[in-house]
Amino acid sequence: MLSFSLNRTAASLRGCCRFLLHPSGWQHLTLAVALLVLAPLTVLLLSWSEPAWEIWQHLRQTLLSQLLINTFKLVFGVTAGTLLLGVSLAWLSGACEFPGRKYFSWLLLLPLAMPTYVLAFVFLGLFDFSGPVQTQLRDWFGRDLWFPNIRSAAGVVLVMSLALYPYVYLLARNAFSTQGKRALEAAESLGCSPTEGFFRVVLPMARPWIAGGATLVLMEALADFGAVSIFNFDTFTTAIYKAWFGFFSLAAAAQLSTLLVVIVFLLIVLEQKLRKRMRFTQSRVAPQAERIILGPARKWLATGYCTGVLLIAFFLPALQLLRWSLEVFHQEFDSRYLALLGRSLTLGLSAALLIAVVALLLAYAGRRHQDRLTHSLIRISTLGYALPGTVLAVGIFIPLAALDNFFIDFAHAYFNLALPQLLQGTVLIMLLAYLIRFMAAGYKSIDSAMHRVTSNIDEASRLMGLRGIKLLIKVHLPMLRGGIFTALTLIFVDVMKEMPITLMTRPFGWDTLAVKIYELTSEGEWERAALPALTLLLSGLLPIVLLMRGTEKN
Amino acid sequence: MNDTDQPILELKRISQAYGKQLVVKDLSLTLQRGEIGCLLGASGCGKTTVLRTIAGFEPLLAGEIYISGGSVSSAEFSLPPAKRKIGMVFQDYALFPHLSIFDNVAFGLRDLDKTEQLRRVNDALELVGLYREHSKYPHEISGGQQQRVALARALAPQPELLLMDEPFSNLDVALRERLSMEVRDILKRYGTTALFVTHNQHEAFAVADRIGVMHNGEILQWDTAHRLYHQPVSTKIAEFVGEGSLINGVVQEENQVETCLGKLTGIVNQQLAKNTAVQILVRPEDVVHDDDSPVKAKVLRRSFRGANILYQLLLEGGEQVQALVPSHCDHQPGELIGIQPDVRHLVLFPF
Repeated sequence: MLSFSLNRTAASLRGCCRFLLHPSGWQHLTLAVALLVLAPLTVLLLSWSEPAWEIWQHLRQTLLSQLLINTFKLVFGVTAGTLLLGVSLAWLSGACEFPGRKYFSWLLLLPLAMPTYVLAFVFLGLFDFSGPVQTQLRDWFGRDLWFPNIRSAAGVVLVMSLALYPYVYLLARNAFSTQGKRALEAAESLGCSPTEGFFRVVLPMARPWIAGGATLVLMEALADFGAVSIFNFDTFTTAIYKAWFGFFSLAAAAQLSTLLVVIVFLLIVLEQKLRKRMRFTQSRVAPQAERIILGPARKWLATGYCTGVLLIAFFLPALQLLRWSLEVFHQEFDSRYLALLGRSLTLGLSAALLIAVVALLLAYAGRRHQDRLTHSLIRISTLGYALPGTVLAVGIFIPLAALDNFFIDFAHAYFNLALPQLLQGTVLIMLLAYLIRFMAAGYKSIDSAMHRVTSNIDEASRLMGLRGIKLLIKVHLPMLRGGIFTALTLIFVDVMKEMPITLMTRPFGWDTLAVKIYELTSEGEWERAALPALTLLLSGLLPIVLLMRGTEKN
Repeated sequence: MNDTDQPILELKRISQAYGKQLVVKDLSLTLQRGEIGCLLGASGCGKTTVLRTIAGFEPLLAGEIYISGGSVSSAEFSLPPAKRKIGMVFQDYALFPHLSIFDNVAFGLRDLDKTEQLRRVNDALELVGLYREHSKYPHEISGGQQQRVALARALAPQPELLLMDEPFSNLDVALRERLSMEVRDILKRYGTTALFVTHNQHEAFAVADRIGVMHNGEILQWDTAHRLYHQPVSTKIAEFVGEGSLINGVVQEENQVETCLGKLTGIVNQQLAKNTAVQILVRPEDVVHDDDSPVKAKVLRRSFRGANILYQLLLEGGEQVQALVPSHCDHQPGELIGIQPDVRHLVLFPF
């Protein structure tokens, strides 16, 4: 045992040495991408070398405690809300049988297509004091009818829970559908009532999956910028934005960001632990377990519950968007809209291509080099998904601006040249930020396809005379095509919906649909924001179609 | 009637259907205290359904089920599984992956106090030889060990009746044989009444006292392994249990039948009138290789089994029999060999 672990240590040491002394092109690449991800983090930490005391003073007196309380409320509220919705829906559609169950099992994913900020402004538009719902109710029941204030912590929590529950739902459903009924039967044969069995066995068994979904939700809630700014609900992300664009203090923005990063980092550690547990807890034989057939009253309750959630979280808001869009269509559907759409598409497509290519290269690097260092570097390269957009925007802007200034000074001092800014005000900053943030989505899809291209397949092809570029085109590419396509779709849609990075680092004249929604909603112009929002909603349906096809294959 | 005479399990003419399809038809059986029963049959014959109905996981269409004399299932009524005092070993074991071996076994004992729990769990783990593994988790032990944990978990609450669904099907062949004998020992030592289902005859023979051969939702014969093999009640059972062939014959007199193997004499399973046309079951070990015998047969196929070779033989009249011959007598397909019948039990089925 000891000699085994010694051997392994020696092997990995050798691997590291080889890496450091004679790195291959593949390893250079992994190093470069990992450094790119680490750069914003380093810059943020270094920002503490010159603390922006005046702004901190101001924050401490006015905002900081409120920020912490709000962030706390948001995170706990949304986690609780998504758990409640996600787990209950997953149990129904994963382990039970009721009318419409087959359709609900994928329909319930639809809210994934709705960016949180879109759901947020539709809810405000619908349920605010002057909105159609309250106006109608006042008409019916008189002026002093009490209605809960939607512009409140509870309101944001509700909206974000409805938008984010699919993360928990998706993972928990997997767990329930493979082990639900059998585990319950085992518990019953050992003297548990069905209810007791659910809480003592089924739920604890699914805990790693549920918790995995919940950490994803937590990260999304912490990173959310659009929904909270529409609700004027100050959290860290909006504070970072205000520090930069309100107080014009990049340093304060960077320092606020570090606080958020620490929280997120703790969450990542938690998530990785849970992933390990998930592997262990997977049952060896996982047949599609039989479903629990609900009684006559319960089955309709189940149908009603699923319908209700779907209506509130997706269909009613989507209908409202459609109505608003139709109302303003002839004023809003013009060359300006088309220009916005064009820029969103351009950014989405070019980011998708860039990231897919880098992800493909990383996946090949991981395939060629099985040593630990390369794999750690790839891990780091894909950690950017955890960085909130606002944090990333600050972290990427500071070093590139510094680099720019360096170039300008250098050219001025040595060549007496007046250089313009090379990097600031270009799309490059945005693309790099997207690359960092959405690398994980691209890499995961491509890498899982890469795992099917085993070394045996290479050898079999070589025996049949296929080598080099021919091998790539005839064997690898067809096998990777599905993965690459999924990666492109996921990244494209993510970039289309992305708000804070685009808002904070876009060059002049690069407004996108998401930026437009931000501007319009901050002035309460819900109707005018509807057309861009509907466009994003439609593009958001693409990955759900992919997801559906994936589950059907299973 | 005193307590010991009462059967532990009694199925009275039960029927079960999925949708419109009847999967269990009018099935009855009885298990006495301490007996191990087995339902043997191909997949889809309804054996697992019977087991799940006894456990209370499936409703009953007709008939009634009694455990220890009390009714637990009928068409109108079904006692919840938790209240039936049964233990169950599932085909995939259904161990709880989030609990240690100890906690898995202790799961059914949560109403007892701590010291009693500890004693019972330790006893059960000792019995299956896994006491040292108690703090491990299910994914950390082998398939055979998981199987034994599942058994310990089901036995620890001391159920009146233990049900096992294909308990050995997930194990490899060598382990399967060893464990099936081990499980029988354990059940006998605990004095547990048990019913299990399998599609594997060897398992049924190795573990069970009584075996029910099932086909299309019915039990064709409910008997000991010995009687199933030597005194099958129908040609279906004769074909299903063990190896052998059916050849034609005519009853001559009491205990004697004329066949293409010559006159066979032995204990008959039923008295039949002279000149009745019958089929006779001939097991491979009933045919002895003898070069001096006047009866010759042509080797069609051979299957080498180590100590023995199983020959498929063609007789002169066109009928086939199998012969189990010590493997030093090696013959190739196409050769003619002499054979001698040595049939002790004459199993006759009139046409």
